[in-house]
Amino acid sequence: MKVDGGTLASLEKGQTGVITAVNASDPQIQRLMTLGLVEGVEVEHATTALGGDPLELRLFGKRISLRLEQARQFQIAPVAGIGD
Amino acid sequence: MATRRKEVGVPVSQISVQREADAGIAVVGNPNSGKSTLFNRLTGLSQRIGNYPGVTVERHVGMLKAGDRRIELIDLPGTHSLSAHSLEERIVVDVIFGRLPGSRKPDAVLAVVDATNLYQGLYLVQQLQGLDVPLAIALTMTDAAAAEGLEIDVGVLRARLGGIPVCPVVATTGEGLGKLRRVLQQLPGTASRPVEPAWPELAEAAGRLVQAADGPLALAAAERLLIDGADDDAITVRPAGRPSDSNADGDARLLNRLRREVFGSEPPLAMEARVRYRHVLAILNDVQRRVPAVTRWHRRITDWLNRPWPGTIGLFVVMAIVFQAVFAWATPLMDLIDAGTAMLAAAFTGLLGDGMLASLVSDGVIAGVGSVVIFLPQILILFLFIILLEDSGYLARAAYLMDRAMRSVGLSGQSIIPMISSFACAVPGIMATRVIPNRRDRIATILAAPFMTCSARLPVYALLIAAFVPAERFGILNLQGLVLFGLYLFGIVMGVLTALLLRKTALRGPKPPFALMLPEFRRPNLRTVAMQLWGRGKMFLYRAGTVIFAVAVVIWALAYFPRSDALAPYVEERRILAAGSLDGAALDEAYARIDNEAAALQLEQSWLGRAGKFVELVFTPLGWDWRVSAAVIAGFPAREVVVAVLGTVYAVGDQADEANLSDRLASAVWPDGRPVFTLPMVLGLLVFYACCLQCAATIAVIRRETNGWRWPAFAWFYMTAIGYAGALLVFRLGS
Repeated sequence: MKVDGGTLASLEKGQTGVITAVNASDPQIQRLMTLGLVEGVEVEHATTALGGDPLELRLFGKRISLRLEQARQFQIAPVAGIGD
Repeated sequence: MATRRKEVGVPVSQISVQREADAGIAVVGNPNSGKSTLFNRLTGLSQRIGNYPGVTVERHVGMLKAGDRRIELIDLPGTHSLSAHSLEERIVVDVIFGRLPGSRKPDAVLAVVDATNLYQGLYLVQQLQGLDVPLAIALTMTDAAAAEGLEIDVGVLRARLGGIPVCPVVATTGEGLGKLRRVLQQLPGTASRPVEPAWPELAEAAGRLVQAADGPLALAAAERLLIDGADDDAITVRPAGRPSDSNADGDARLLNRLRREVFGSEPPLAMEARVRYRHVLAILNDVQRRVPAVTRWHRRITDWLNRPWPGTIGLFVVMAIVFQAVFAWATPLMDLIDAGTAMLAAAFTGLLGDGMLASLVSDGVIAGVGSVVIFLPQILILFLFIILLEDSGYLARAAYLMDRAMRSVGLSGQSIIPMISSFACAVPGIMATRVIPNRRDRIATILAAPFMTCSARLPVYALLIAAFVPAERFGILNLQGLVLFGLYLFGIVMGVLTALLLRKTALRGPKPPFALMLPEFRRPNLRTVAMQLWGRGKMFLYRAGTVIFAVAVVIWALAYFPRSDALAPYVEERRILAAGSLDGAALDEAYARIDNEAAALQLEQSWLGRAGKFVELVFTPLGWDWRVSAAVIAGFPAREVVVAVLGTVYAVGDQADEANLSDRLASAVWPDGRPVFTLPMVLGLLVFYACCLQCAATIAVIRRETNGWRWPAFAWFYMTAIGYAGALLVFRLGS
C-alpha cells in the first residue's frame, strides 16, 4: 500500500496512489484528463497486458487503460490511510 | 424542408413538424452506460436505423411508446465529453447543438448516467447544463450500483443539479421506466433550468460570446467554442454553421481575447477537466456513499482473466472457438438448405419440362441464388459471435491486450476492433474505425480491414476447400480446417503489412494514442443481440433476393443464349449413329455423353463463353479457364456472386450430371482432358480471393469514410494487383 512519490508508471500491482500533478502539454494526456485522470483522484494499478504495457488502472471502480509512456506524465503521492 | 426552430421555449404545438413527430429528444451518455438498452426499451420495435448525411455513423431513431404526444427519441453514439475528438463524438455535439444539416435540433436532451459511474457521467451532465433546451437524467444500472455497495441519494443529486428530473431505472427489468416515460412526455417545451455554474469564469465569458453572436447560440455551444476553439483539423466532417464562420474577424478577435482571459497559458482541455472534475468530486461527496459489499462474481472472474497471460491466451482461445463454431455448427443446417434447393430444382424441372423456362428456374435462379443462400447459417453464426463479443464488452478488452502488438505495426489497440468486426463484414468494420481519433491511423486501419476474411469470402473458400483439399487428418487437426485457418492468417498478415507499409510511407506520423475505458464483462442483452442478428440476416437475404438473383438470371441468359442452330442437327446425327451401333445401357450412356458434349459446345459459343474467352487471356497465366475467368469478372461487384456464377455455369454446362457444385468443378477439364482445378490453381484462386477487393459496398464505404475517391481507388488497384501477383506466384510455383 505504500507508495513513494513517483509516477503512475511506477505503481506496482495492487497499489493505490493519488494524482498530484499532471504534465498536460500533450493533447493525448489532456484526453486522459477528460476521462477523469486529474489531480486529487485515487488510482489503483489493477494489472497490465502481456509485457507490462499498456496498464490497466482502476478509477472510481472503473477500469481504464493507458500506456506506460502516458502514465509517466502523472505524478502521484501515496494514499494516506488504509483501504480504498 | 421545414424551417429549423430558432427560439427557446416555443410551445411544442408551434414547432414545425418533421416526420409526424411533435418533438424530438436526444439521448446522450457515456459509452457502456446502458444507453442503447434503455433506448430499445423506450422505443421498442418502432426504431429506424439510418445514416447521418455524409457519414456512415448509424442514426437510431424511434418513437417513445407512451402518452398522446408523439415524441421521437434519437440515440446518439456514446461519448465522455462534448469536446469532440472522433467522428462519432462530433456527431453527438452537432446533433444536440442542431448544427447537423437535415437533422432537427432536439427539443430536449435525456442524459443517461450509469449509477456505478457517476464520476464520468456527471462530467458530461455538467457540460450539457448550458444547453438552451430542458435536460433530464436517467440513472441506469441502479441495481448494479446497489450490489456494488454504492448508495446514491437521488434527492440530493437532483438538488445539486438545479432540480432537473432524475429518474433511477433498471433498463434490463423495466423498473422505473413508467416514471421516465412520463417525465419525457412532459420534458419538451419546459424551460431549461439555469444552474449555479460550476465554472463561473467560463460561463461569464461564454455569456459575452452569446451576446456578440449574430444568431442564436446556446451557452453550452459558446463554452465549447471557448474550450475547443473554432477549428479542429483532426476531424474530416465540416463544422456545420459555426457562428464564427459568418462574422469573420471581429468574432475571432473576441474569441481569442476571451480564451486568453479564461485559460491563460493552461491548455483549455486540461483546465476544463481539472475544474469540472473538482466540481463532480464535490457533488459525489454529498450524493454517493460506498458501503462494504461482497465482490461480485463477475468482477472476480474479470480480475483473473485480466492478468497478462490468461488474458492473452484467452483472446486466442475465444477466436479459435468462434471460427470452429462457424464451421462445425453450420454444417447440419447447410446440408438441409442444400437438400432443399436440390428438391426445389427437381420439382420445378418436373413441373416445367425441359424447355427454356425450366432451365431459367432451375439452372439460373435456384442454382445461382441457392448456392449463396446455403451460407446463411455460417454467416449468422459468425455475426452472432461478433455481436456477442461486442455486447459483452470483450472487444474493448481485445483492444487493450493487442495494443502492444498493434503498436509495432504503427497502429494502436483501437484498430483491433474494426479488424475483428471485419471478419464478419468489412463494411461495419470500416464504420467501426470512426472511434479512432487520428485521421492517419484511421485510414491505415480502413485499408487493412478489407484484407480480413469476411463472411462473403467464406462461400468461395468453403466451396473450393471442400472440393479440392483432401480431408486428411493429422491427429485432431483436419487439413481442410488448416487451409482455412491459413487463409484467415494470410488475410491478417496482408492487412498488417499493408498498414505497416502505409504508416512508413504515405501515412507517416506520430505514434497513435491509446486510452480506453475497459467495461466490466456483462451478460449480453438478448434483445439487442437478436435485433442486430435479425438485421444482418435480413440484409444478406435481401442481397441474395435482389442483387444475386439478378446476377444469376443475367449470367444464366448469357450462358443460355444465343442458341446455336447448327448444334441440333449435329446432335441428332450423332444420336442416330450411336443408335445404329449400340443398344441397352451402352446406348443410354452414349446419349448422355452426346447431350453433355452438346451442352458444353452450346455454353462455349454463348455470350458468356465468348466473354470468358476474351478475358481468358488475362487469366490464363493463373491456370484459369474461361468459365472461372467469367465468374471472377462477374464477382467484382460482390465476391459471393462468384459462387452463384459457378453454380449457374456448371449447371448449364457438361458437368450438370454431378450432384453438387464441388463435384461438378472437380470434373471440369481443359479441351485436352487435363483437369482445370488442380491444387496449385485452386490455391492460387484462393489467394486471389483473399486479397482482391471485390465488393462494391466496401468501396462505397471507404469513399464515404475518407471523403473521396483517392483511397478507395488506391485500395482497389493495390488489392487487385496483389491478388493477381499472389495467384500467379502460387500457380507457377506449384505447377
